[in-house]
Amino acid sequence: MDVEILSRIQFAFTIAFHYIFPPLSIGLGLMMVLFEGNYLITKNKKYEQLARFWTKIFAVTFGLGVATGIVMEFEFGTNWATYSRYVGDIFGSALAAEGLFAFALESGFLGILLFGWNRTSPPVHFIATVGVWIGSMFSAVWIVVANSWQQTPTGYHIVGEGMDARAEIVDFWAMVFNPSSVDRVLHVWNGSLLAGAFMVLSVSAWYLLKKRHVESSKSAFKIALMVATTCSLLQLVSGHSSAEVVAEHQPAKLAAMEGHFDSSKPADLYLFGWVNREAQKVTGLAIPGGTSFLLHQNFDTPVTGLNDFAREDQPDAVNAVFQFYHIMVSIGMILIALTLCACFYLWRGKLFQTQWLLWVFVPSVLLPQIANQAGWFAAEMGRQPWVVYNLLRTSDALSKSVQAGQVLFSIILFGIVYFILFLLFIYLLNKKIQHGPEELDTDTSDMYTDKLSPAK
Amino acid sequence: MTELEYFLGLDYNTWWFLVVGAVFSGYAILDGFDMGAGALHLFIKGDENRRIAFNAIGPVWDGNEVWLVIGGGTLFAGFPEVYATLFSAFYIPIILFLVLLIFRAASIEFRSKEEMSWWRTTWDVSYCISSILLAFILGILLGNVMQGIPLDSDFEFAGHWLGFLNPYAIIVGFTTLALFMMHGAIYLSLKTKGKLLTKVTHFVRYTVIGFVIMFIILSFYTMLYLPEQTQIFKEHPTLFIVPILMVLTISNITRLIAHRKYFPAFLFSGITICLLLIVAALNLYPNILVSTVAEANTLNIYNAAASQKSLGIMLTIASIGAPLAIFYSLFVFWVFRGRVELDEHSY
Repeated sequence: MDVEILSRIQFAFTIAFHYIFPPLSIGLGLMMVLFEGNYLITKNKKYEQLARFWTKIFAVTFGLGVATGIVMEFEFGTNWATYSRYVGDIFGSALAAEGLFAFALESGFLGILLFGWNRTSPPVHFIATVGVWIGSMFSAVWIVVANSWQQTPTGYHIVGEGMDARAEIVDFWAMVFNPSSVDRVLHVWNGSLLAGAFMVLSVSAWYLLKKRHVESSKSAFKIALMVATTCSLLQLVSGHSSAEVVAEHQPAKLAAMEGHFDSSKPADLYLFGWVNREAQKVTGLAIPGGTSFLLHQNFDTPVTGLNDFAREDQPDAVNAVFQFYHIMVSIGMILIALTLCACFYLWRGKLFQTQWLLWVFVPSVLLPQIANQAGWFAAEMGRQPWVVYNLLRTSDALSKSVQAGQVLFSIILFGIVYFILFLLFIYLLNKKIQHGPEELDTDTSDMYTDKLSPAK
Repeated sequence: MTELEYFLGLDYNTWWFLVVGAVFSGYAILDGFDMGAGALHLFIKGDENRRIAFNAIGPVWDGNEVWLVIGGGTLFAGFPEVYATLFSAFYIPIILFLVLLIFRAASIEFRSKEEMSWWRTTWDVSYCISSILLAFILGILLGNVMQGIPLDSDFEFAGHWLGFLNPYAIIVGFTTLALFMMHGAIYLSLKTKGKLLTKVTHFVRYTVIGFVIMFIILSFYTMLYLPEQTQIFKEHPTLFIVPILMVLTISNITRLIAHRKYFPAFLFSGITICLLLIVAALNLYPNILVSTVAEANTLNIYNAAASQKSLGIMLTIASIGAPLAIFYSLFVFWVFRGRVELDEHSY
């Protein structure tokens, strides 16, 4: 295998693993803010229990998010040196803003959030919780802005030619507010809040089924359900708006997502299917002209197809882009159905007696996770063969001084370490959930002194 | 080259060189003490003492590591050529560094989650070893930057992938390790009490001696084999004040510890790290990555920099963001001031 494919595998693997954690941190961050805010207002101990319990879960996801995130920042330089030179002038300011405004905020206050329960007054602690959450929201902003610039570059000009070509910033705000960034930031935020809310829904449903921590779990479930319902409905709006931007600025990506080849024809909307690229045919169930209708409010308007692009300018894995995109959309629909159904039962006052529904919620934690991953895979594979859309090819973006063996070594190393890390994460998560919130308020909430064992 | 922009008499490129230098100094001072404490971890005996050692860095290590993230960001932002060349040139050490960072984070995170002694010992060992290797690799990287690396005319690394292991870099690696161990021992002296404190003050004594020995070896090696590194002092004899200050600071540390003034001692060991990096920066400026192949292939603060426009934007961001970041750090350190106590009402 050559350096390009190995580097792509390495990046995909490390970013996918990393992306398990930040959405959870962002989503659980909001849940902690809501629980602790409720506690400050009502002084009801059950909210304090919830805030403390979810802070412990948050601690595990946040720590792993930071550790796996540093890897990402350095990989641009190690594996994608040409890309780094090319985009440095643009990417740099977004990354600097991310570090100084977002990471410093969240990691600074994290210490107080985790260990400061007995060291600070409740309002100060609450400020720290809000600070950590806002920081995590901001960090998503800057990295998504940088990624969106790669999808829809604006506010730059190109200096130099060939090997020496570089994108240089001309207009900072045009770079920040490039055509896709607002939609994509909202989409990522929503996806993250869903990841956190469904985690709370899943764990609370399980406690309710096991008749443990019943009072606090009911409250947690209701609060999380509000967030999950709002976000899953908003996600429909933001997803649609995102797709319109893709259609306008990255028509080849949209064509791959929908498996659309012929530009003279309207595009169908597949509920599911399988793309045969050579035969230019999709086998599956479709609403004829559905995509045309969504984009142009007319079933007969033609949509740009893949045939308009030279083969080397088309995404290299059309069927994969199609599948990932459809997985994301289908899960989005399931989430809407699930949350609305739960809202209906809640309104009828039967939610917590409806065992089957609670059982459905237990594994539901996986759904937003899968949708988040699939969505990014569709977005990034659909961007191929470009790393910066229409400007820099992925194959030209590599580090020239790095050899395949080195990349392979790193993949094996990260593979082993992340495998162990993942097992530990699941093990600890399970242990914390089995243990559950402290029923009394004598908890010390210190992640390092959970159990006081006597000195040897 | 485009017209340079100036602020307070210094060009933007120099300002950004100072920003990158300041962030990496901040990183070395902050993560330096928790890596140093980690490197000493296995010398601390007994489960409770080790837990105190973990809790000493507990609320702050994560925030300290953020300085590395910011450092990487500022380097990428201001000097993308250096970021690209440096990180792809040192592929293997950087990948190892990243993996070790993960191991270290996992060790801190997971250690006290189970009571089995094999579990805790495993994480103690992995915490200690990863801390030692991280400090060593940082030193190795610094050593290579100090003496320059082979770069071709496209500023691409043209050396062997194992070239990072050379005598000078290894000496700098051990010096960094010794320095961080000293710094970490002094930090622990701020956070511990009783018998453990007595033990930690012994650590301080030994690590100061260790650092002084390494520093002397490094100085002699530099004078003998890398005379160009001392060029700056010949040209500007007034700069000799920096190494003299350093000798004074180090001797002051031992005096302060003997008088049980742990906090001033910690400040002075921070100043030592800062002075060392100032010497390094003085030697390099205005270069960042010197090519050992041809002088024209050297990356300096001008040919490696982002555009003036971009530097201007980032200096604005930094002047708003940096005070905030420093404020958060100081606030956290203030909230968690004082010695670690492990009763059930402790943090």
